[in-house]
Amino acid sequence: MLTYRAGAVASLFFPPAGIPALVHSLRAQRLAEKGEIELAREHGEKARNWAWYSVGVGLTVYVVAALVGLLFANHGSVRVVYFAWSILTDGSAWHSMIKGFWINIQVFLIAEVIVLVWALFVAVVRLLPGPACRPLRFLATVYVDAFRAFPAILVVYIVGLGLPQANLPLVGHLSDMQYVIFALSLTYGAYVSEVYRAGIESIHWSQVAAARSLGLSYSQTMRFVVVPQAVRRVVPPLLNDFIGLQKDTAIISVIGVLDVVSRARFINNAKGSLTAYSMAALLFLVVTIPFTRWLEWLQNRRQARTQGGR
Amino acid sequence: MAFLEINQVFKRFGQVEVLRGIDLDVDLHQVVCLIGASGSGKSTLLRCINALEVIDGGEIRLDGDRVSGRGIDVDALRQEVGIVFQSFNLFPHMRVIDNITLAPRKVLGMDQDEAEAKAMALLSRVGLADKATDYPDRLSGGQQQRVAIVRALAMGPKLMLLDEITSALDPELVAEVLNIVRDLASEGMTMMLATHEMGFAKEVSSKVCFLHQGVILEEGPPEKIFGDPSEDRTREFLKRIVDAGRL
Repeated sequence: MLTYRAGAVASLFFPPAGIPALVHSLRAQRLAEKGEIELAREHGEKARNWAWYSVGVGLTVYVVAALVGLLFANHGSVRVVYFAWSILTDGSAWHSMIKGFWINIQVFLIAEVIVLVWALFVAVVRLLPGPACRPLRFLATVYVDAFRAFPAILVVYIVGLGLPQANLPLVGHLSDMQYVIFALSLTYGAYVSEVYRAGIESIHWSQVAAARSLGLSYSQTMRFVVVPQAVRRVVPPLLNDFIGLQKDTAIISVIGVLDVVSRARFINNAKGSLTAYSMAALLFLVVTIPFTRWLEWLQNRRQARTQGGR
Repeated sequence: MAFLEINQVFKRFGQVEVLRGIDLDVDLHQVVCLIGASGSGKSTLLRCINALEVIDGGEIRLDGDRVSGRGIDVDALRQEVGIVFQSFNLFPHMRVIDNITLAPRKVLGMDQDEAEAKAMALLSRVGLADKATDYPDRLSGGQQQRVAIVRALAMGPKLMLLDEITSALDPELVAEVLNIVRDLASEGMTMMLATHEMGFAKEVSSKVCFLHQGVILEEGPPEKIFGDPSEDRTREFLKRIVDAGRL
């Protein structure tokens, strides 16, 4: 009984829950002394519940209060710096930002489609069987290792600034946006090919044995049996990488594409407030949050399927 | 000349010699049962016959043609030789009908309608016509195994290899699968079975082979092997089976 009491006293740091916790623990102790052990347990249980509320609700309240406090500290400077009313209500600023954000969305969508196809291709090449394909496998491995190591921002510089300077055939005369899509596809293609590869390798060899034993060739087995199952299996991690890609479209501002971040920088320079960056952040939030919720829903559904039995 | 000839076949996994000189002839329309303890090489032998495993020595001939060694067309071989696995290995992302028609369409180039008609006929035979559009995970183990048998039959194989096909089934589902094998046997399908169902082996087989540590220690008609085996090890093995109440 005394342990409830200690917990109840400790939970007084948040009195709305801490006081009931203490009251119940005292009552539990009194009842226990009178020998009414079952009633005492019930009050002990209530004391414990209230103590947990003081942790769960109390801590949340304090954290939120601290953040709100920061917002108003130093005469509300945070509010002025990040949420200047004059810019937040400026229609032309929003107009410019959304126009920039549309570029981010386009880059994201096009790069996503390219990445999906390119990464699957790379993954399949990395898993080609036999000694004859060793050079190809090696090549694909080098690509994946390298582009997973390079920071995306470097690749954007190298591709977006370097290729036009070098004036190469085929890839020397693209638009900035095309360079950026190219650069991001290269980077994310390396990541996503690893996701695919893990998916393909997770398909049990008995599936391959069954397909091959029916006379299907290696490539038919991959195409009709292994890859379809692998792709289904990796949808949640794939979506995860696409949230990353969506955010990383912000990198394209470094080579002068007029995306949402570039435009935020202009507004920032003109008005001397970071509010435009907050607006850009908000735009990313508006797109990403439904996307993440959808992803969670997919994952839960999958889990419910595999754990709920047949 | 036998339909299937297995001569001095060796198979090693790393340091472990799983098959140590297997000799076996199977005639057309024969049903050969492989019995023996776990690890005696039954499954490996079956997997070698349709080249899911590459043998390390000896040779295998099907219908006079050498089907082991270098340069053989494994895909062509596997069209002739169907195999059914202990764990069914249906394709979980395809409906039953698509599981069955995949290989006839993609390998034999059969058109969709023909392949489906053929698949439905086979499914009706095993009593599963109403399951054609279900996904495998909606089916019981016995039903899945029946589909797996149909999937192999749809390729029109000349030889069927059945690798402990009832071992993963609940006891009450074993009969429905064995009935199909019995039907196939009575129709004259050439089959090799690795099995622990001794009663069934006794009833259906034309020849029983007792494998022990990678060799066929004893072979003969079922009455001989089950009634009066000449090897002590065969007798010991059968005694353990009887003691376990499985014969």
